[in-house]
Formats: sequence, C-alpha cells, structure tokens
Amino acid sequence: MHETMIAESLLEAISAEAAKQNAKPVNARISCGTLNAINDEVLCFAFEAITKGTLCEGMKLEIEHKPMQGLCKNCNESFKIDLSCLRCTKCGSEDFKLLPDAPLLLEEIEFQTEQ
Amino acid sequence: MYKVNVGKKILSANEEYALKNSQLLTEQKKLCLNMISSPGSGKTTILTRTISDLKDKIKIGVIEGDIQTEIDAERIRATKAPAIQINTDGACHLSAAQVNSALENLPISDLDLIFIENVGNLVCPSAFELGESAKIAVLSVAEGDDKPAKYPSIFAKSKAMLINKIDLLKAGVQIDFDIERAKADARKLNKGIEIFPISAKTGEGLAGWYDWLKREVKKLRL
Repeated sequence: MHETMIAESLLEAISAEAAKQNAKPVNARISCGTLNAINDEVLCFAFEAITKGTLCEGMKLEIEHKPMQGLCKNCNESFKIDLSCLRCTKCGSEDFKLLPDAPLLLEEIEFQTEQ
Repeated sequence: MYKVNVGKKILSANEEYALKNSQLLTEQKKLCLNMISSPGSGKTTILTRTISDLKDKIKIGVIEGDIQTEIDAERIRATKAPAIQINTDGACHLSAAQVNSALENLPISDLDLIFIENVGNLVCPSAFELGESAKIAVLSVAEGDDKPAKYPSIFAKSKAMLINKIDLLKAGVQIDFDIERAKADARKLNKGIEIFPISAKTGEGLAGWYDWLKREVKKLRL
C-alpha cells in the first residue's frame, strides 16, 4: 500500500516537469530496486486513481525492476540475486555480500508535441 | 511526442526530511531506532518493559505511529517516559516529515534513546527512511518462521531482529516455529544482523537486547 504515497510523489514530480515543458505528459518510465517492494499492478492502479482530473490522467507507467546484485566472496564475481535461491549463480557459494539496492527513480517522461 | 530525461528520486521529499532528522540526531548524539513489525508482534510491550527495566541507565522517549488512537502513547506514558503519538489516518507507514515534527515535541536533550514504533506492517514502513540510526525488525513466534524469507526487505535492512513471545514455544502451545530457520533466513540477506529471541512477558532473553542497547548508546557518547 506504500504504492499510494509513491504514486502521489510521482504525480507531483511529473506535474512539476510538465509545467516546465508546458506540455501534456503521456508516458513515464520509472525504475526501482528489489527492496522497494513495488507491486506493478498496485502502483498503476493507485496512479490511475489519483491522476483522475489532472493533466496526468490517462498516462501510462512503465516500471523497470532492477535486480539486486550480490558480490561473491568466493569467486569475486557479481551476480543477480534470486530471492528464492540465495547463492552465487557462478560458483554456487552462499558467502556473498549484498550490493546496494537500486533507488526508486523517475527516469523519463514522454510528452505530447503541440499540434 | 518527445522524451525528457528526469533521473529524479521519486521519494526525494521524504528523503529531505529524513536527512534533517538524521542530522539533528547525529548533532545531539542520540540513538534512534525504528521498530518495524506486523501488527500484534508485541512492539509496545517490548518498549514498556525495556523502558521500565532500563530506567536508571538509559533515558528513553518514544514516537508512536498508528492509524488511529492514542492507546500506545498512553501505555508508554504510564511508564513515565515521554511519548508523542502520530495518527496516520489510514496511511500504512510513518513519513520522515511526521517524525520531524514529533522530534520537535520530544525533550530530546534529556534523552539517550528515541524509539520510533512504526505502523504495524512488514512491507511499507521499510520503504520510507525516517532518518533513524537503525531499523529493528520484530517478529513474534505466532506469525511463523517463514517471515524473513517471505518479507526480505525489512530483514535485509535491519541492524537487529527481535523474535518475541518465545514463552509460547515452551507453554505447550502448538506452534511450529523453528528459531534456527528464522535466524538462517534473516542472515542469508543480512550476515551482520543481531538476533535476540526474547519474551517481553517473562523477560527471557531481554538481557542480551539490553546489553546491545547500552553498547549502541555508549558508542554515540564517545
């Protein structure tokens, strides 16, 4: 349910950029890490609900999930963390360091060109 | 159509307040622990017992987060510790701005340690930094030993984890909770996490938790 507050912050950020561009936003791409625990369906639903009647109404959200990375202490390779199988995908060792998770970012907004 | 690269943190407004809180706490050398758990894991009971048992050693204040009511702040105030209640009116987590105004209303200079009791929820509160010194995950045995595996985010981000209500495991109640499994799952993602199996009711295991709190408070005084 934290997606609701994220949707509100997203609306604020997109509205600010739309005011600068003086254009209607159509699509937005955001990215998040594993530990942001974002459920796409819930975020899109919340975003759709709070953008009703705003300039952002009808916008499409594209959500990119950046996988968490681990650094293996045995083979020194970095690898994608699979939460259901916590071991190095290269050598199988369980001795690894968690690398910092990706932040929640508003990456890009697509605007309609004036007609 | 044209695209604009933004590259902005979506929760930057929350992070600005979190930074303010963190600066205030660091300047004043106060320990601030953000307690996160499911509803009913026993956070308030852990706090009232900790405050009473440590009253001659550590001065504690509490910021209470709940959707509604002043019930928890009143339980804390009954121990004579100062408590500020925040009602989120439906929101599932505390925000850094709410904690910022609560900190203004606590007598911080008289305190060593400030506990933030977050809204009962294992997912959402872990996504919002409050400017705390550390997060503490609380789990009770009645919830099941699979929680660290199912809700990795909070266990990965916490400095310590309390496994509460261990008295139930010995009381002849049918609970399948394997403490070693919960510990192992939490450590898979967080090797350094301190784990304290406790009973806030009987007092079992609390000595280790208290020693850890005293050490953490002392580190800041140096």
